[in-house]
Amino acid sequence: MSAPALQLVDLHKSFGVTPIIRGVSLDVALGERHAIIGPNGAGKSTLFHLISGRFPATSGKVLLKGGDITGLPPYLINRRGLSRSFQVTNIFPRLSVFENIRCGVLWSLGYRYSFWHLIERLRDARERAESILEQINLAARRDVQAGLLSYAEQRALEIGITIAGGADVIMLDEPTAGMNRSETEHAVELIRRVSEGKTLVVVEHDMSVVFDLADRISVLVYGQVIASDTPERIRANPAVREAYLGTAASLEHADA
Amino acid sequence: MSTIARYWAWIAAALALVALPHIFSSGASITMMSLMGFAVIFALSYNMLLGQTGMLSFGHAVYYGLGGFITAHALNIIGAGKLPIPLPVLPLVGGLAGLSFAIIFGWVSTKRAGTAFAMISLGVGELVAACSLILRGFFGGEGGVSTSRTSTLQLFGLSFGPQIQVYYLIAAWSLACVGAMYAFTRTPMGRMCNAVRDNPERAEFVGYSTQMVRFIAFCTSGFFAGVAGGLAAIHYEIVTASVVGAAPSGFVLLMAYIGGVAFFIGPIIGAILMTALQISLSDYTGAWQLYVGLMFVLMVMYAPLGLAGLLLMHRPLISAGVFSRLLPGYALAAVPALALFAGAVLVIETAHHLLVKASDGPAMRVFWVSYDANSPVAWTVFAALIATGFLAFRRTWPVVSGAWHEATLEARRKLAK
Amino acid sequence: MLELVVFSSLNGVLYGMLLFLLASGLTLIFSMMGVLNFAHASFYMLGAYFGFQISRYIGFWPGLVVAPLLVGVIGALVERYGLRTVHKHGHVAELLFTFGLAFIVEELVQMVWGKIPVDYRIPGALNFSAFTLFDTTFPAYRMFMLLMSIGIFLGLLVLLTRTRVGLIIQAALTHPNIVGTLGHNVPLVFMMVFGVGCGLAALAGVIAGPALVTQPAMAASLGPILFVVVVVGGLGSLSGAFVASLLIGLIQTFAVALNISLADVMAHLGVTLTRESFGGDLWMATVAQVAPIIPYLLLVLVLIFRPHGLMGNRDT
Repeated sequence: MSAPALQLVDLHKSFGVTPIIRGVSLDVALGERHAIIGPNGAGKSTLFHLISGRFPATSGKVLLKGGDITGLPPYLINRRGLSRSFQVTNIFPRLSVFENIRCGVLWSLGYRYSFWHLIERLRDARERAESILEQINLAARRDVQAGLLSYAEQRALEIGITIAGGADVIMLDEPTAGMNRSETEHAVELIRRVSEGKTLVVVEHDMSVVFDLADRISVLVYGQVIASDTPERIRANPAVREAYLGTAASLEHADA
Repeated sequence: MSTIARYWAWIAAALALVALPHIFSSGASITMMSLMGFAVIFALSYNMLLGQTGMLSFGHAVYYGLGGFITAHALNIIGAGKLPIPLPVLPLVGGLAGLSFAIIFGWVSTKRAGTAFAMISLGVGELVAACSLILRGFFGGEGGVSTSRTSTLQLFGLSFGPQIQVYYLIAAWSLACVGAMYAFTRTPMGRMCNAVRDNPERAEFVGYSTQMVRFIAFCTSGFFAGVAGGLAAIHYEIVTASVVGAAPSGFVLLMAYIGGVAFFIGPIIGAILMTALQISLSDYTGAWQLYVGLMFVLMVMYAPLGLAGLLLMHRPLISAGVFSRLLPGYALAAVPALALFAGAVLVIETAHHLLVKASDGPAMRVFWVSYDANSPVAWTVFAALIATGFLAFRRTWPVVSGAWHEATLEARRKLAK
Repeated sequence: MLELVVFSSLNGVLYGMLLFLLASGLTLIFSMMGVLNFAHASFYMLGAYFGFQISRYIGFWPGLVVAPLLVGVIGALVERYGLRTVHKHGHVAELLFTFGLAFIVEELVQMVWGKIPVDYRIPGALNFSAFTLFDTTFPAYRMFMLLMSIGIFLGLLVLLTRTRVGLIIQAALTHPNIVGTLGHNVPLVFMMVFGVGCGLAALAGVIAGPALVTQPAMAASLGPILFVVVVVGGLGSLSGAFVASLLIGLIQTFAVALNISLADVMAHLGVTLTRESFGGDLWMATVAQVAPIIPYLLLVLVLIFRPHGLMGNRDT
């Protein structure tokens, strides 16, 4: 059996004396769509930062496709095939939409730090960026400065940059946060499409999105995974219901 | 697109560079154009850092100056040993020197970005400036390092004695360097510089080490600064320790910023303008540096996109054919602006006269008017100019911004059709 | 030798404490506003010149109070009418603004007071020697400077640890974004912080002016060392700035007192080096001669081994 796409081994993180992540172990299988849910302040974003190398872990290990990536800087983790998006939109605001995407594809096409290629002549980079623009429905906004896009468009661009490099493990941090109903539906459709054949890890607050999208769900409460299972079993899990006491209604709602 | 159409701007620039000395043929103007040539390279190399990669350096003259010193030493060695190396390749020596020092210092300073980088660049600048007082053999002490550009191998009968030949050497190198730096902005590396400028964190998450991007940008920039320094050494035939000091580092920042760091052409405009100002304004007033400082601060406050930004923001309006609607507003606002400007200049000049040239007596002359610097009437007039200018400008400004708003809307409407 | 150690230590601590007077204001401003005030040393220079001017009319002592207040007000006005306009363009623009300001202040000072040093005298009451040790005297004015800077340091310490204002500042030091959430009038707080920081710098200028040289280049020569202090200490760390100030103060003072060169050292080891040897200038330079570059070498070394400074943990 091949190694899991992503494997967390007893991961800890403290800020000063405050423990935020308290021993998370988790396996995400290849090709799985895995959602991480949990109440506010449970440490979901911190967990994302630990996996993607934005923060160093206090202790524990992160394995990507069997290889140890603990403590590596973000760019090395990205080059090994893990790409992530951010909860707060994190794009290149002064570059055009097209350039944003193209920045995302350059490394994976092997152009590295090249100053001996003219970027306009790189057909593969252009075609790849254009096809991503099609996928995220921003082809018509190609030459607009990214900072001037609408919020939902920026969120789509955020996903576009994340998938541009062709990483096979994709992590999305609250991709539908702040979107209205129809925007959310679009986003879910988009996520489903772009994560085809890839491993997806997603943090999400919207339970209907989570239950719609995920093959497996992990519940993070106060820095610990209290359950990790299929959506049906998570829904039935009494510990999860207890943790979600205040928001049990939203779980019920997701049944509908 | 045909090749000529694509490169028309470059061909036009080349033709202009060839033709300029025939139009402005006096010795002074050829010298000034030579100075502008390497100032343009220097300012553009600086902008690879500030405008393109978002790195604010206070020590860029290190690479310019060291490029100059190495070029001068190389010239002396070549001259003494009768080595078969022609002068036109020597700026390359300066460039390689700039590159080498940029690799050494850049390795340390690009570990940090933002404010810390700025402070480190300042520290490295001070380090080299202080070393210039200790390593007298290399920096030549007070007198600097003199050299002669005519002692190298001569090709095609070019001795490079006459200034006009040096001008063409500088012009050729400038055009080549500007072209190379422009091309750099259009490479994957150049694009990632912009990405690191815009959002270093995101750049890390698309596979790029921001430190490596900064380092490469720093080294490339050091190379071109070194070329500029080498050309300066060839032009002046002397390099003194002051070229690695804080003053030229600050001046290149002023050139690039006033020109406009957000545009490739900005530093070119800035370098040409500031070189001209430096030479001509210093003839007219002892307070010229104060004017430059004030102009810089005003630009930072009110026109952060620089002169290039001010010019280029009109482009969409011109192409939409609505530019003329702005003219009445501009004309209206120009009157109080001029009054304000004249008042400020008079105050500075009169104060300068009283404080610095007190021994000359109170009689002075500014703007073709002679007056007594101590006269209360004069000071009342200045104060009135400034006060009314300021108040009236504030009143007329809404007219300008209103017209601007109208014109932009109109341009958009036309564009939408 | 003991004499050298005693006097160099005293002078080193004195110089270090003066540096800290400047570095503390700079760090406060940086921590709370995110602005590195490039013109900080210019306000120090203005303090010295204002102190000089006031001392000519009404004496040194009133100047000690009035000059820092005046400069503080100027600082607050600069923040209100300059920096605040630039704030929306980001930290690079703010740094550029203060860079331009430093440029202008130097030009203005040259215009008003001339390019040569002014005759800023030690007040008569302090113009005697405090003590004599091994034939070397330590001037009373230096003693005053030392006590004064230590006094201000203790005052700051009390302010920071014992008062409400101090607690807010401490909170801001560790959590830069907190000031806004405390429900304070942020623009007013910024204006005050900037003014107070500039006033502190000016105070250092008033007391240092008579002992060091009051001249238009004093800002440009001190400024870079000041920035070395804050970077070496760790940008935004007050304790780091304190340690780095003393460190640089002591190192530089001791270095100036040491008249030996690498060649001398090597001679002890039986190796003879002359100016003609490879890298001759380097061997022959005495420690005293290389003193000016030591802070910058320290900067480079610290950056290689601790990129965030001795006590820094903030990414800037």
